[in-house]
Amino acid sequence: MRAAVRLAIGVGVLLAIFALGLGVEAAFTEYVQRIILLAGINVILAVGLNLINGTTGQFSIGHAGFMAVGAYGTAFVGVQLAGPVHGVLGPGVLADAVIFSLALLAGALFAGISGLIVGMPSLRLRGDYLAVVTLGFGEIIRILFNNAKFLGSATGYFGDDPSGLPAYTNFFWVFAWVAAIVAAIHNLTFSQTGRSLTAIREDEIAAEAMATPTTRLKVTAFAISAAAAGIAGGLFAHMQAGVRPEDFRFEKSIDMIVMIIVGGLGSISGAILGGIFVAVSLELMRDLQQYRLVLYALLLIVIMIVRPQGLLGTRELHHLLRRKKAAQPATPTESA
Amino acid sequence: MTLLALRAVDKIFGGLHAVRGVSFQVEQGAIFGLIGPNGAGKTTLFNLITGVYTPEHGEIAFRGKNIAGLRPASIAERGVARTFQNIRIFRTMTVAENVMVAGHHLHKASLGSAILRTRAYERDERALGKRAHELLEILGLSELAGEVAGSLPYGSQRRLEIARGLMLSPQLLLLDEPAAGMNSQEARTLNDQIRFLRDQLALTVILVEHNMAVVMNVCETIHVVDHGETIAEGTPAEIKVHPRVLAAYLGEETPADEAAP
Repeated sequence: MRAAVRLAIGVGVLLAIFALGLGVEAAFTEYVQRIILLAGINVILAVGLNLINGTTGQFSIGHAGFMAVGAYGTAFVGVQLAGPVHGVLGPGVLADAVIFSLALLAGALFAGISGLIVGMPSLRLRGDYLAVVTLGFGEIIRILFNNAKFLGSATGYFGDDPSGLPAYTNFFWVFAWVAAIVAAIHNLTFSQTGRSLTAIREDEIAAEAMATPTTRLKVTAFAISAAAAGIAGGLFAHMQAGVRPEDFRFEKSIDMIVMIIVGGLGSISGAILGGIFVAVSLELMRDLQQYRLVLYALLLIVIMIVRPQGLLGTRELHHLLRRKKAAQPATPTESA
Repeated sequence: MTLLALRAVDKIFGGLHAVRGVSFQVEQGAIFGLIGPNGAGKTTLFNLITGVYTPEHGEIAFRGKNIAGLRPASIAERGVARTFQNIRIFRTMTVAENVMVAGHHLHKASLGSAILRTRAYERDERALGKRAHELLEILGLSELAGEVAGSLPYGSQRRLEIARGLMLSPQLLLLDEPAAGMNSQEARTLNDQIRFLRDQLALTVILVEHNMAVVMNVCETIHVVDHGETIAEGTPAEIKVHPRVLAAYLGEETPADEAAP
């Protein structure tokens, strides 16, 4: 019964996303469409990174590396799968959907595993030390791709086809993954695991004294966060003809941190806002050319002065709405 | 039955011998006081028992098994809960959430079931919330369950730490200066609560405290340390008149003092 209702809701959401995608495609120019796709990918990156930097309070500044693993992983697996899947299903939308889904999951898996590999030794470190180690790992991953011959070295990976990687990424896939990842990380954050992660951020010694398996939880959160970055990387890869190492420089990691800090560290709704903000503001300022980054930096300084806790602080949008409701008399509120 | 036994425990920080050959036994169901002047090594002993530090020598047996050197989380799981001298609550979380954090053993549902919000997950979550509210009730904090913990007054934060520790379903509760910052009314209530917990939850309590009104009133056995070494152990009545204890707290009369004007 419950499973059936959930299945129905899931199918309904997917149909709604599909319709929304068609609507967006009809309503906007290709330029605007690209910004919307990038905003969606940013939201996935920001919500994923917020789990580790915001909720758990561990500072990673190497997430571009995990995005790169996801991008290369998805592209490579997609190219390998194309032959066999087309052999069974023939060419067409269904075959593309199967290839892209499997390839994205593989990309997320690779990114998640690299998150585990990076997280296991380095999450014993705290604060600045962890930041430096993740920065280093992010660069190591990029340099590995820069030198991997079978992935095109510094030129990048464009698949076997001369026209480059297939353009699988569209509104349906981006919106569906945004919905799935936001829902999953929301449910995780507001669960016993999420409470434990927040407890680690607030006071690791006390969390440990309360039997919280701190190392295991931190590594798990790190892997989930890396897997989300991997999905974002895979979607990003198939938005363009190929994946190049220079797409995943250190600046990309900084962009992600800007997203979550602007939105409010520790807030999922904040991360969503921040992801959209970065995509849109960087595009709006494109005409300014080389002054763009100057203005961008100024904008960030202003935000940090006016709202140092970020747009939403650690709060969530729906909590603010609920509080407003609770403030009205005679409205029974749900007990914790 | 002996619940906790320290045998010749040593802890050295560089050149400082913080704990030197301390031994004591705590019987099940006891309320055991650990006192001594500032810097005597009381909190260090708590940190040794809870695994924050590993002793250089000696044995710490809890329910007959040596727990020296185990990780804090693993010792907590075995049934040792504690509070902290410098309150360590999770400040941005609500009072109820603070308590629920310590309820791992009640929450068996996996990560996947949390993400999918399965029935098993929701059942565990309800059980956890219910237990947390029971404990908040005992400590008189149930009205504050939804408040952000960092906004609570000092005394309530101390009681919240106790409630959180109890969520572990411990056998042994270590209280590090629970009456610090409490007024005399709150301290009296605390005395009653400590006895209530011991009786109702079958707890054993070890108390580090400077408030002598609390220590002398509630403890059955008192162990006194100074400069990391045991100087006395006995009932409150014995400790009150013990010459070495008086000397440690008030200073000894020396010929030089007598000579002074």
